[in-house]
Amino acid sequence: MQDALKGKAWRFGDHVDTDQIIPAERLTSDNNDRLGTFAFEKVRPGMAARVKKGDIIVAGRNFGCGSSREHAPRALLQAGFSCVVAESYARIFYRNCINVGLLPIECRIEADEGDALLIDLKEGKIHNETKGREWDFAPFPPFVKELIDKGGLMAKIKEAKKCTK
Amino acid sequence: MSRSRGKTIAEKILSQKSQVDAYANDIVDAEVDYVMVNDVTGPIAFKEFEALGCEPFRDRIVLIPDHYVPNKDIASAEQAAEMRRFAKKWGISNYFEVGRGGVCHQVMIDEGFVAPGRLIVGADSHTCTYGALNAFATGVGSSEAAAVFAEGKLWFKVPESIKVKVTGKLHRYVMGKDLVIKLITDIGVDGANYKALEFTGKGIANLPVPDRLSISNMAIEAGAKAGLFPADSPCLEFVRTVAKGRYEAVEADAEAHYIRELDYDLSKLEPMVALPHLPENGRPVREVDVEIDQAFLGSCTNGRIEDLRIAVEVLRGKHVAPSVRMIVVPASTRIFQQAVKEGLVEEFVRAGAFVSGPTCAACLGGHMGVLAKGERCVSTTNRNFIGRMGHKDSEVYLASPAVVAASAVAGRIVAPAGMEG
Repeated sequence: MQDALKGKAWRFGDHVDTDQIIPAERLTSDNNDRLGTFAFEKVRPGMAARVKKGDIIVAGRNFGCGSSREHAPRALLQAGFSCVVAESYARIFYRNCINVGLLPIECRIEADEGDALLIDLKEGKIHNETKGREWDFAPFPPFVKELIDKGGLMAKIKEAKKCTK
Repeated sequence: MSRSRGKTIAEKILSQKSQVDAYANDIVDAEVDYVMVNDVTGPIAFKEFEALGCEPFRDRIVLIPDHYVPNKDIASAEQAAEMRRFAKKWGISNYFEVGRGGVCHQVMIDEGFVAPGRLIVGADSHTCTYGALNAFATGVGSSEAAAVFAEGKLWFKVPESIKVKVTGKLHRYVMGKDLVIKLITDIGVDGANYKALEFTGKGIANLPVPDRLSISNMAIEAGAKAGLFPADSPCLEFVRTVAKGRYEAVEADAEAHYIRELDYDLSKLEPMVALPHLPENGRPVREVDVEIDQAFLGSCTNGRIEDLRIAVEVLRGKHVAPSVRMIVVPASTRIFQQAVKEGLVEEFVRAGAFVSGPTCAACLGGHMGVLAKGERCVSTTNRNFIGRMGHKDSEVYLASPAVVAASAVAGRIVAPAGMEG
């Protein structure tokens, strides 16, 4: 895991579902390397093209609810987002984030669209540099932390270099 | 929390499958009985799996194309071909071709992969449907499915459970769908996030298995990891003729711990509809006055033979309103065949509905019923998110098969009782 993440906030509300993140009609394998270009295309048209590498999604409750499509966190990562800061996550989305390398940080913060955020992953702090405010977030549980450090479940299996069969 | 107390169904199944004396919030590595992927989630899983260079647990893998089949365009054709090639390359016999399968969850049930006490994962969030048959089943991502292809097991955080106590009996034209919409409305779309819903109580005996399947199917719409029913006699009778292999019913201990208890009297329920754009926006149908353009009957939530029968009962001698397209999609080939045999297809066509073979169809806005800007659809499916069935300015209203059929006739959302009025 990196020590710090720095980026501009993109603001969302509660219950952002995976159909909003990546519409079902984009879920064909010819799109799997360009999912980022379709991120939020129905609800925030043109947004994906304006995301800068390292930008951060700030959302409310239950981010990523709905479908199990792993395309959702992959789309956010491909669009350039480094992480999501949300009050809570839908569980399948949370697991998918860990496996594809998009950090799901659980914290309620105040941020407007475009605010400059600095996330100190070592200290567990989120600074809103625009507003001059700071929040603490709880560290990832040890099991989850280990998965993140290894780069997700598949990377962990690869590292173990042993097929069960 | 004492570690000698009784266990919930979730705690029991995950303990058995991990060979660990597990309780809520423990993390376990558990043996998975079956792992299912569909044509949309499969390709990412295949790529991840192939990168490992391992042999698969081929007998545990089930491959079911359903989202975009029959192929709707060249991209979906290529994707479906990827699944076909994967099945062939690795000798996976549990592959269900177009015309011999249908909506993945219904095929999993029809073909007997689902049975009490099993642990099943699927790269589709509605895998939780199988909880109706006393299996712990939950949705996973493609990478996790690939991990199960290679290892035959997966990590699980044992969920805390919410007890849903059911009493009474449903009135005519009130269905399991109405109960689950009411439940999601009461607790919210994240009301059971990370939790298992466990249904219990005297009223369960009055809930036919198809109604239970609709309820467990939509457990995820409250965020739940699983929606579990006991393996009582209707359940065991249902699986007796279809289930493959051995299985063992799992019941909760009397002194199991639940974090919350909810009570529902089935006799107090009425037809419900969930308004756009969240399944928690449930209202009694009688309070809603909305004109519709489309009525969709099908999906893993409500595409079963009992759903088609009740719709035909409502439609008999009547016609779909001139302003409405009614689309009927049985959930599996077996159901389709039964519907033909019973004359249900004939009756739908007579009433002016479109009937197709099994596929996910319009449920996720893929094909066969995609909505234009401003159009409204009353649907037996499970999600009414923004743009779910097509244009971002279209709307989906979730309801039971009885309400969808009555609405198709009336041209606006009504319950069967209000159809003429």
